[in-house]
Amino acid sequence: MSLSRTIDTPDIEGSLTSEPKPRKHVLDLDDFSQEEISAVLDSARSMKEVLGRDIKKVPALRGKVVVTLFYEASTRTRISFEEAGKVLSADVINMSSSGSSTEKGESLLNTGLTIQAMGVDTIVIRHPHSGAPYLLAQNLDKVSIINAGDGLHAHPTQALLDLYTVQDKLGSMEGRKVVIVGDLLHSRVARSDIWGFAKMGAKVVLSGPNTLMPPDLIRSNNNIARSGFASLVEVDTNLDRAIEGADVVMALRLQQERQHAGFLPSLREYIRRWQVTDERMARANPDAMVMHPGPMNEGIEISNSIAHGGSSVIEEQVTNGVAIRMALLYQVTIGPAQQL
Amino acid sequence: METESIVIRHARIIDPSRQLDRVGDILLGSGEILATGRLGLDRIPEGARVIDGTGLVVAPGFIDLHCHLREPGFEYKETIAAGSKAAAKGGFTTVCAMPNTDPPIDNAAMVEFIHQKAKQESAVRILPIGCVTKGRKGHELSEMEELATAGVAAFSDDGDPVYDANLMKLALTYSSDLGLVISNHCQERSLSCNGVMAEGPVATHLGLDGIPAAAEEAMIARDIALAEATGGRLHVAHLSTVGSVPLVREAKDRGLAVTAEVCPHHLTVTDQWVLGAKGAASVAAGGLAYDTSTKVYPPLRAQRDVEALIAGLAEGVIDCIATDHAPHDLTSKQVTYQEAAFGISVLETALGSLLQLVDSSKLSMAAMIDRLTVGPANVLGEKYADLASLQPGTPADIVIFDPEQEWIVDTSEFESKGKNTPLEGTTLKGRVVATIVGGNLVYEGPGLKFQEARSRA
Repeated sequence: MSLSRTIDTPDIEGSLTSEPKPRKHVLDLDDFSQEEISAVLDSARSMKEVLGRDIKKVPALRGKVVVTLFYEASTRTRISFEEAGKVLSADVINMSSSGSSTEKGESLLNTGLTIQAMGVDTIVIRHPHSGAPYLLAQNLDKVSIINAGDGLHAHPTQALLDLYTVQDKLGSMEGRKVVIVGDLLHSRVARSDIWGFAKMGAKVVLSGPNTLMPPDLIRSNNNIARSGFASLVEVDTNLDRAIEGADVVMALRLQQERQHAGFLPSLREYIRRWQVTDERMARANPDAMVMHPGPMNEGIEISNSIAHGGSSVIEEQVTNGVAIRMALLYQVTIGPAQQL
Repeated sequence: METESIVIRHARIIDPSRQLDRVGDILLGSGEILATGRLGLDRIPEGARVIDGTGLVVAPGFIDLHCHLREPGFEYKETIAAGSKAAAKGGFTTVCAMPNTDPPIDNAAMVEFIHQKAKQESAVRILPIGCVTKGRKGHELSEMEELATAGVAAFSDDGDPVYDANLMKLALTYSSDLGLVISNHCQERSLSCNGVMAEGPVATHLGLDGIPAAAEEAMIARDIALAEATGGRLHVAHLSTVGSVPLVREAKDRGLAVTAEVCPHHLTVTDQWVLGAKGAASVAAGGLAYDTSTKVYPPLRAQRDVEALIAGLAEGVIDCIATDHAPHDLTSKQVTYQEAAFGISVLETALGSLLQLVDSSKLSMAAMIDRLTVGPANVLGEKYADLASLQPGTPADIVIFDPEQEWIVDTSEFESKGKNTPLEGTTLKGRVVATIVGGNLVYEGPGLKFQEARSRA
């Protein structure tokens, strides 16, 4: 399967008749099946081939309009979406909350309705509030919504690029041990990664301070019902033990404000207990990969030598992110890429 | 005003004030209840309107200790006129209006304003609640005696707790000779922080900041200690957690003047509803997740909280059901979950929700009615007892409802300006067919049947 320059949309529509309804929105991975995730990863593989060409341009989304609507700062996600759209020949319009009518008090919903009225096909949204993409998906009937990170909730495109990166290195994820370290409470990346890795059959272990663990996942807390995550993960606050035999170790960004908010006694203690270091990686599988969703605080959640060492796939994550976003933009705007 | 005579015949008459539950007739005239029991035809006055009560329940009109009528200041959310119509449609004949208006009800002139508005525009009795502190700011006590004399039924800074423990102690002490209860909204803000829903599995799934149960329980425990220290009368507003029930039970066991209320939604709806599937179990959040109509304080909690609250209500640890009717305009809810206003529009769905508990045998019909009538009247005090009775000579404040009538909640038919309810589109069983206040028929609903006075069998 490869993307040709002569994509024939009517054929795609015709061939869809016996298929399940194509996905209109990408809001989180909780509603993806393993098959659907595999299909996205397969599609991303052919997209990555396009990225390797001399002329990185295919007309797949020619005449389609994608708006990136970012209410939070972002470097990699935003550029990644923009590049993905442009390689596929979509017209990509970037909008951020500063300098827009948001500053005049326009609500998210009204901004969404305005963008929809301009005939846009797909909105890629990042927002500091969990569920913001759902608000648009529930109220805009003509556009597709892709969640580029909402509050503490989800970052499905990041999770898919993480899955892609791991699959690329390890092949099947079935039975692999994935350790996610750090601020699980405030991490939308972790939430989506848990769904994704668990659906792909990996064993997910969470490690970090109990103050930065969702309360229902704290092992000693028996006073609260467990979430859907609880059956998907193990929790071990002792990273030295958690990391034993790991195939993948993912360090999460530790926002330094967390110390001031009282979640941590000190960064020093955090570093001592949860920094991903060479010593700790020595306990993992010899060929274990180190991942980080970025942006990194080198020297806090991850040591400098690990961040740039041989086990790190952090830059590959970024490259793969473009391919994943191409696959998703294609899928929600046109339809499943397998139909090509 | 001259009121006509009304007779309701062959209804199931439930009067918890007299432990009465039997099929019979009830005669109203001159704004009062004249007789209950089996009335011979000769007892029915000439020209009386006769309601066929077959299959219907007749009870004292419901009393709501806790509702937000939003006037003055927030007329775009609710008005006394609309809120009182909603109350009547829900079977409530008396509602207590919380003082978190703008300006707040913290002086006699404001109380008078509410009384005047109510007199001109309200279908039901409205009892203003006065602020505990000036401007609801939590710094200085309001002029509580002036408020009491002006006719407030209770004190509360609802929407906010009386946060300063010493000020709460002083309020309980100062008001202890006024005979009125202080209703506190129990929320330890240093624990609830930025929380928008119950701490727990759904909050974890959706990445929403959780409100721990301890935020409520810590303040209830504080207030009970203060009630004990002062001899003041404490009423705990809207209990929501499994751990709050034993706190109230122990306080009562120790003989303290502590009462408590619970809301219909905390008895029937869980935090699962925030996932958007009306409580149906689902692994994925689904496209309808973050339903802002489920955002309320205290938050919807887990099934075990619901069960404990129902048990506490049945046992009588929780004295009464209050709606915490909190209507909002559409704009306040058509935003992200984090930005959305807290509150549910409850008055018109309360009965249908509560009858689920009766249908599932978790609460008897008589107990449900008791907690909507005698329970709240007792919290307010002796002088309100007549509003919760069908005893001849008491005001003719009555609800007539059909416990079997099924209906689909359609907020476009709400009298309330607040259409914010997670029950939109759901089917409820049990509906008010008529509400009578002071002998006047103020609400006539579907299923109300009049008989020809002369042609009855």
